[in-house]
Amino acid sequence: MDKFTTLTGIAAPMPLVNIDTDMIIPKQFLKTIHRSGLGKNLFDEMRFFPDGTENPDFVLNKPAYRDAQIIVAGDNFGCGSSREHAPWALLDYGIRCVISTSFADIFYNNCFKNGILPIILPQDAVEALMKDAENGANARLTVDLESQTVTGADGTAYPFEMDPHRKHCLLNGLDDIGLTMEKAPSIEAYEARIAQSQPWV
Amino acid sequence: MTGNPTHSGPRTLYDKIFDAHVVDRQPDGTCLLYIDRHLVHEVTSPQAFVGLRMSGRKVRRPDQTIAVPDHNVPTTPDRVAGIENPEGRIQVAELDKNARDFGVNYYPMNDIRQGIVHIVGPEQGWTLPGMTVVCGDSHTATHGAFGALAHGIGTSEVEHVLATQTLIQKKSKNMKVEITGKLRPGVTAKDITLSIIGHTGTAGGTGYVIEYCGEAIRDLSMEGRMTVCNMAIEGGARAGLIAPDEKTFEYVKGRPHAPKGAAWEAALAWWKTLFSDEGAQWDKVVTIRGEDIEPVVTWGTSPEDVLPIGATVPAPEHFEGGKVEAARRSLDYMGLKPGMKLTDIKVDAVFIGSCTNGRIEDLRAAAEVLRGKHLAPGVRGMVVPGSGLVRMQAEEEGLDKVFLDAGFEWRLAGCSMCLGMNPDQLAPGERCAATSNRNFEGRMGRGGRTHLMSPVMAAAAAVTGHLTDVRELMAAPVDA
Repeated sequence: MDKFTTLTGIAAPMPLVNIDTDMIIPKQFLKTIHRSGLGKNLFDEMRFFPDGTENPDFVLNKPAYRDAQIIVAGDNFGCGSSREHAPWALLDYGIRCVISTSFADIFYNNCFKNGILPIILPQDAVEALMKDAENGANARLTVDLESQTVTGADGTAYPFEMDPHRKHCLLNGLDDIGLTMEKAPSIEAYEARIAQSQPWV
Repeated sequence: MTGNPTHSGPRTLYDKIFDAHVVDRQPDGTCLLYIDRHLVHEVTSPQAFVGLRMSGRKVRRPDQTIAVPDHNVPTTPDRVAGIENPEGRIQVAELDKNARDFGVNYYPMNDIRQGIVHIVGPEQGWTLPGMTVVCGDSHTATHGAFGALAHGIGTSEVEHVLATQTLIQKKSKNMKVEITGKLRPGVTAKDITLSIIGHTGTAGGTGYVIEYCGEAIRDLSMEGRMTVCNMAIEGGARAGLIAPDEKTFEYVKGRPHAPKGAAWEAALAWWKTLFSDEGAQWDKVVTIRGEDIEPVVTWGTSPEDVLPIGATVPAPEHFEGGKVEAARRSLDYMGLKPGMKLTDIKVDAVFIGSCTNGRIEDLRAAAEVLRGKHLAPGVRGMVVPGSGLVRMQAEEEGLDKVFLDAGFEWRLAGCSMCLGMNPDQLAPGERCAATSNRNFEGRMGRGGRTHLMSPVMAAAAAVTGHLTDVRELMAAPVDA
């Protein structure tokens, strides 16, 4: 997993609330057995017309936002299906950070496994950053995970909360499985205990 | 840190199950939680198995891992000859191979026990009270109906559980949703769960584990309880739970993987301690009177867009904040105008099935409405039983005849049209009365329009050709 430390980039505004993972990556692209290559189908049914041509009104098709690395989104981003294909598609497209007032639980977890930073900010901060983002490519945001701040184009800094364990893993690009494997003796002890007390498990 | 992290004082059901599974607890509250049952399907697992192979890791507990293909599988009889779609075929073949190579419990596509993973788990007795259950699928919440802590995970977490049989978790907050009193005739578990989401919104449960309780929940069958818990995720919750009781034990007893003999007695003794203690702390409480719940349908493209069948399509201005634009977009997508009666909405298709409503009781309830009646002209109908065993049971009861006589297609088990990964899809603009769980844009096929409702309401729409209050068709009260 790639580390996440700081990021300065273009932010695309997506004010729609309840953007679900079916929108982020529709089901027809879940038939892959790989993690890579999903970026071309990110937001597929919003981004492309049924004949495959680009919808010029969709934010990521506008010249100012084609290279966006950040999305500023409406409430409850990533709701619905647990598909990790959603963060895979975002990452493959080049999105490393999503800012919203709230995220759906599973999507939020999945981001951290893929080096994507989901940032929760209060409504007024998200609205201010959304306005910033609407100014286009000149409005670059800077995200600093170490200091836990998002800085808008006008220099206003917005602090955000972050779980220390998740922050540590993201800053260092750590693989959860490796860390958990180090706790194998605890897992074995638990299993031995349960084998006695709850043999039906 | 919320809830009660210690082992003293009154605890909720969630607290008890969580505490019982902690393998390791860090000072910041990050826990390593032991996973009793890991359910696996073909769509969210291939990359996880690739990860295991690349790092030379094994599945730690193949005996606690259960795999079944469900999302991609065709539901037509010709599937015995294989899957036509090359990508779907590869995904199912990968699961076949991974299940074999890693030695996990497996129900292949043409096994009579195959079906939707959340229907197979309980049916085979894998899902038991007090367990932790995960699956790379958001509707894992279904298993909460047994008083099991069950939630969906992503593929990276699937790999983590395969390799370590644990999951890194922090405790969620506790939310109690109480449905008091009795349901009225024609009102079902689906109406309860949709009404709750209508009440709390799709993000109302974010950060919480919900325990459903109250007389109306107690009165539900296990099938109904599974329907309620199934959609906890649509309300944003990490999991939904219902305390186990005699109905739960009765359902579990004798199933292939349920404990037997002395183990059964020992299990039962523990299961009977699985309830929220008097005085347990709740971070949020929602109470709804069972008598106030009506048969409901969704009108928009979020499960929170739910209204009683007697209502009219709302105007976007009726909402606040970002929901105004979202409602405008929904109405445009759904092809609806504010002010029109919900019962004036005509349907082209009816889908009965899914992990929400694909169990035997759902099929019985729908068949009861359809008996001696026929699909309205121009409406196509499809019934997709949740498992091969549900299908077999329905056939023994003659329900297949009722559906076929009514003009429905009677299919083999799978997720089918609920997410349209297999050939069962809506055409652009086609409108469907569906017993599934999501009405998102494009969910059942690009441009397809979904109205969520109960099996009896879907059956009523099938007969009249438009959204209909099932109570108008009911000769006798229908069981919840």
